Amino acid sequence: MPTEPRRLIVDRQIVEDAWTHVADDAPLPAGPAIVSRERWLAGDAAGHAPLGVLYQPDEDPLADVDRLGELALIAFAFPAFSDGRPLSRARKLRQIVGFTGQIRAVGDVLRDQILYMWRCGFDAFEVRADKSLEDALAAFAEFSVDYQASTPRRLSEG
Amino acid sequence: MYRYNALDQRIVDERVGQFRDQVRRRLSGELSEDEFRPLRLMNGLYYQRHAYMLRVAIPYGVLSTAQVRMLAHIARTFDRGYGHFTTRQNIQYNWPELEAVPDILACLAQVQMHAIQTSGNCVRNISADHLAGVARDEAVDPRPYCEIMRQWSTFHPEFSYLPRKFKLAFTGATTDRAAIKLHDIGYRALRSPEGEVGFQVWVGGGMGRTPVVGELLHPFLPERDLLSFTESILRVYNELGDRKDKYKARIKILVRRLGVAEFRRLVDEDHAATRTPELVLTPERVAAMAAHFAPPAFDPEAPAHDALVDEKASEDAAFRAWLGHNVAPHKVPGYHAVIVSLKAPDVPPGDVTDAQLEALADIADDHAFGEVRSLHTQNLLLASVASRDLYAVWQRLRLVKLATPNVDTLTDQICCPGFDFCSLANAASIPVAQEIAEAFDDLDHLYDLGEIKLKISGCINACGHHHVGHIGILGIDKRGADFYQVMLGGAEGDDASLGRILGPAFAREAVVPAIGRILAAYVDLRADGERFLDTVRRLGLQPFKERAYAH
Ligand code: SF4
Repeated sequence: MPTEPRRLIVDRQIVEDAWTHVADDAPLPAGPAIVSRERWLAGDAAGHAPLGVLYQPDEDPLADVDRLGELALIAFAFPAFSDGRPLSRARKLRQIVGFTGQIRAVGDVLRDQILYMWRCGFDAFEVRADKSLEDALAAFAEFSVDYQASTPRRLSEG
Repeated sequence: MYRYNALDQRIVDERVGQFRDQVRRRLSGELSEDEFRPLRLMNGLYYQRHAYMLRVAIPYGVLSTAQVRMLAHIARTFDRGYGHFTTRQNIQYNWPELEAVPDILACLAQVQMHAIQTSGNCVRNISADHLAGVARDEAVDPRPYCEIMRQWSTFHPEFSYLPRKFKLAFTGATTDRAAIKLHDIGYRALRSPEGEVGFQVWVGGGMGRTPVVGELLHPFLPERDLLSFTESILRVYNELGDRKDKYKARIKILVRRLGVAEFRRLVDEDHAATRTPELVLTPERVAAMAAHFAPPAFDPEAPAHDALVDEKASEDAAFRAWLGHNVAPHKVPGYHAVIVSLKAPDVPPGDVTDAQLEALADIADDHAFGEVRSLHTQNLLLASVASRDLYAVWQRLRLVKLATPNVDTLTDQICCPGFDFCSLANAASIPVAQEIAEAFDDLDHLYDLGEIKLKISGCINACGHHHVGHIGILGIDKRGADFYQVMLGGAEGDDASLGRILGPAFAREAVVPAIGRILAAYVDLRADGERFLDTVRRLGLQPFKERAYAH
């Protein structure tokens, strides 16, 4: 078991992760926990707080819109960085649902896509383990202007 | 034409910096080829049969002469002295070194150009009617909308990792010269009886292995919703398009799977929920953009006929032929549009040298308000030439072999790079085009055959648009040998149709003779003044088939 806590980028800073990914067959630990959508919908995490759910690319959180209030975090799996579906999902979560919790990218998360993810409403990035977090942070500085409005985390943000 | 503001310039400059860093990381091994590939593809950099190929964007086909001169400079400095114009109004360089590409991009940025999104699974360079702003049958100039859409689609954070590439085309004219029904989305700008601008929106057209003529998604999308509605189309596609099988990943397959009614319902539903105020196109924004495309200073006194031009036309058959084939009408009296043929007999279709580009830039500065356009037929255009300058322009074009009088004839063929360059090719295409150019080098014969669109692709990816050629030729590989399928009856534009395969494929040496027999059959069978395409449509394939295979 790795004893060092995972580091990731949250709100454009490198921080230690307060959250734990919990496998479907593992017991729920105390504290912030991320479970699969299946486990959550089965009622297996009922009452746990704070709770996060990891969505796979073919699972749409808007299908669960009535229950999203239970979640403090929504994570999207990127099995491959080239799968852009979570970008649209995140945007809709922020814009249509008004979700203000953390939206996290998990999996094949690389420097060269992070800025796009950020602009679609993601605010946390589990950068792939073999890549440097410091390097990934540089992505935010590559472009200083853009043509489209970004999707803010909270509607009051610019 | 559009001039960059500080923000536009900053974006392309920062892109050069970003790509320079990506190339550095690739060369140092920090990025694997697998990781680098999608990044370079977002920048139009392919790896081909022999070398890298860089595709440079020409937004809606419009170039200033400063840009044309820079394209010539790049051809000379970083390539082998030539460039290749594509069927998407872009230019490709076939021999750049990877290390030099950041410098090429820096050169392009100096003249407000880039290679952004000329490949990859994103919104590609937007194409448009090449006669935009000068066509007589135009209701609305599409260029301001094209530029608005170019900016909107550039580095769009949500739509840069789509299931597959995505192509948009615009026209604002009655005659469709932009093939809007053969794009992922095609737009026709129109005016309502009250004078308001809106768009006919066609979705799900395209070529490739499964050619499809698009469906009408919206008969009159209000101008203000152009961006928001397009976002909704892309969002539905991004979420529901097939990501498992790249041959089923284009939006045309999704539209067909869902049916256009269900697709429309999903788009409308998304549009109702996501249309935000910043996406609404205000009349002020459109007007500000349209100011960039104000007409040049036409001479109101320009005579429709010039005595010298008329005299030269009556005494010089070569000039007369060029006037008859390479010059198109213009909405302003006393002006014409001049099509610059890149289909000289001994040159691959669409290729142009650095010296030719520089000569053309000089001609455009002297006679065409400093603007050059690229056409999807792999030719160039001087959009506005005073009628009295036509003889001088012809002479100067002729000096640099840019006045071949064959526009819209058989030898004005479209041809993809094929096996000579492309690593996906099944067969050669350029040598077939060259053999056709040699076999049909008699102008009187060409003119007698009339309008014929011949299109050649080296594999089923159909970059040469063979499905919509009046005559389409598709290279296939049969046990290691080049064979060619011939199809007849395709067309783009308002009466778009897909060609039908004539019969068994021809061997390499048999294909051009077979085309000859098909054309001989046409000459025998045509009604008075009937175009090749119309004869094929009237009689069907059978009479052509009988002749093509009878020898
Ligand atoms: S049609 Fe095929 S051979 Fe021709 S350029 Fe496209 S991919 Fe290459």
